[in-house]
Amino acid sequence: MKMKTLMIAVAAVMAIPAMAQSQITVVNFGGANGAAQKKAYFEPFEKTGTKVVQVEYNGEQAKIKAMVEAKKVTWDVVEVESPDINRGCDEGLFEKLDWSKLPPKSDFQPAAVHECGVGAFVWSTVMAYNADKLKTAPVTWADFWDVKKFPGKRGMRKGPRYNLEFALMADGVAPADVYKVLATKDGADRAFKKMTELKPNIQFWEAGAQPPQFLVAGDVAITTAYNGRIDAAQREGKNLGITWTGGIYDLDFWVMPKGTPNKAAAEKFIAMAASVEEQAEYTKHISYGPTNNKALAKIDPKILAMLPTSPANSKTALQFNISFWADQGEALEKRFAAWAAQ
Amino acid sequence: MTTAVLPSLSLAGKLARVERRKRLRAMALTLPLLVFLAVTFLVPLGALLIRAVENPEVADTLVHTGKALSGWDHKATPPDEAYKALVIDLNAIPETAQAGVLARRLNSEVSGARSLIMSTYRAKLDVRDLPAAEAKAKLLEVDARWGETPYWLAIAKNSSRWTPDYLLTSIDLKRDVDGSIVRVGKDEAAFSDILLRTFSISAVVTIVCILIGYPLAYWLSTLSERRANLMMILVLLPFWTSVLVRIAAWIVLLQTNGLVNRFLMFSGVTDSPVPLLFNRLGVVIAMVHILLPFMILPLYSVMKSVPPNFVRAAVSLGSAPLAAFFRIYVPQTYPGIAAGGLLVFITSIGYYVTPALLGGAGDQMLSYYVAQYTNVEVNWGMACALGSVLLVTTLALYAVYRKFGKAELSLG
Repeated sequence: MKMKTLMIAVAAVMAIPAMAQSQITVVNFGGANGAAQKKAYFEPFEKTGTKVVQVEYNGEQAKIKAMVEAKKVTWDVVEVESPDINRGCDEGLFEKLDWSKLPPKSDFQPAAVHECGVGAFVWSTVMAYNADKLKTAPVTWADFWDVKKFPGKRGMRKGPRYNLEFALMADGVAPADVYKVLATKDGADRAFKKMTELKPNIQFWEAGAQPPQFLVAGDVAITTAYNGRIDAAQREGKNLGITWTGGIYDLDFWVMPKGTPNKAAAEKFIAMAASVEEQAEYTKHISYGPTNNKALAKIDPKILAMLPTSPANSKTALQFNISFWADQGEALEKRFAAWAAQ
Repeated sequence: MTTAVLPSLSLAGKLARVERRKRLRAMALTLPLLVFLAVTFLVPLGALLIRAVENPEVADTLVHTGKALSGWDHKATPPDEAYKALVIDLNAIPETAQAGVLARRLNSEVSGARSLIMSTYRAKLDVRDLPAAEAKAKLLEVDARWGETPYWLAIAKNSSRWTPDYLLTSIDLKRDVDGSIVRVGKDEAAFSDILLRTFSISAVVTIVCILIGYPLAYWLSTLSERRANLMMILVLLPFWTSVLVRIAAWIVLLQTNGLVNRFLMFSGVTDSPVPLLFNRLGVVIAMVHILLPFMILPLYSVMKSVPPNFVRAAVSLGSAPLAAFFRIYVPQTYPGIAAGGLLVFITSIGYYVTPALLGGAGDQMLSYYVAQYTNVEVNWGMACALGSVLLVTTLALYAVYRKFGKAELSLG
């Protein structure tokens, strides 16, 4: 008798997690993008019966590494930047993605297909300016460097990424050759030399929210910025302009940290976030491009004109070279620190 | 006579026993604190110091390659056996994850090693039954970069389990081909500048804190108890506000068209806005604001205990009031200045958020790069080495203070 009650009690305890509503933790960078993801992905997904807990982080791969090493994984799906998916995949931090559960690979942009994840969206680092303050719009990266023609400070990201590419383009290197040149010692010297030219006029930004703020406050005349942030400011009625020439586009990816306890639900979430309808819906909330090419046909032309993936905007664009930065990143970051101190 | 000595001896013994028991009990009471300190302080610090010199990535995986390279002269291309050993070692790595860790480690030595190691690892060559020369040819077919010596030098250099390289790099030194220690080139030399900058920013912040905090603390110490308490709350109020909120407030105040600049232009001090943000000035202003309470509190407590009689006596003996203040009063507050200064200085050395948000690329302090190596590069060896440099210099400064502080006390 006693044994039986005990067994019932044990069975009851074990049944609790099964009875409770299932939930997954999705980690993203928050902000306007987080809000757009909530509308396009989290809310529809919750209707399928799985609760989504949204956690924000700042791209710290150390957190994932610590979780996986301690075998205490509490994140199920994480948005990671492109250099991190390669590195993390190589180092075994992520689950392999089962592509049979997703739309066919041929539907996606080639760059969005990865053994450890799928591209979440396409974003771009572009040139932005305050259209109220500049009479003529800057057209090329040489204009960005020309402080006589466009007087005022220049906003740039604190770090070598993007800036060295822009510097080479300003120095006359064709977008297609940028990484080839930058990989050589002479090319890197050339990029840093060009950066030195502009150095007294650079105001560095740290967070993506800063560039539109700089423009609106009149701190800088032109700045590099993430296109989605400029779009968000435009939606608030600020008269900011984007020059798409020589922009650097890149993808963020959805991955699953190795050992996630809710792998099945996580896979379902990723499959949904990769499908046509949801990706088209997502572009209504923020101007980041879809990775699923079939979604392009479903997007309003007005919205399409603001996306990095539209034919007009991507004509002279450069794809961020992940493997270049994986190989050279650490050395260039260090050189940038030395350059900043000079 | 014996009867008189014996009881006193046993009394002394008893006393000693009681004393010992008391001491043990006191020790037992501090035990939780000692355990707490050991777990939260000493163990992490030890781990930090070990990580700064630990170098297991290559030593664990490329065992045979390391052996094959041991007789190499570090100049010509390495012996053919090394090529074969490398392929065998790479094939023996069970998981991609480990190969990735190896690739990351070598890449922080030579840019490009990451893609080289990963592509070779993925190629999964089979050379077990081949002579070494053929194995070499096959490896060069996979990636011609294996014909270049820098990659081999990196492997040879990191074949030992412990390395001074992280620590050397953090003070802009490196081991060259022969193993002698040399300065790095101008393009790579960043950390001595950054360390110097960290100390100079901290020193400026400390001096400004003393200049602002001293008169304020003096004024507070002359007020009546009730008014002093009220003023103290005003001093402490910012202390209880989040650092980020205070930084955001400074951005609003100091930006190009912010309140401060508008006031300066309105009052005719300047015609065009002064750059107050995203430079050294902005960092110092915000850090002084955040750290001022750390200066005022120790100063105030010392000043409260200074008897006013001495200054009065000096004045009554004919000293000018100002001279009496500087020659009689100020020396009595030296312990407060020293304690407050040390507190502010050591706290500022570790500052990260304030310079990151309010400074330019040339105003970042050492902690910024510790965070960079921890979170972005995931090169924890380098992060720990930079942390160790910070720790050692701070401890050295503290030792100087102890010496200086003691001299001060004996003077007083």
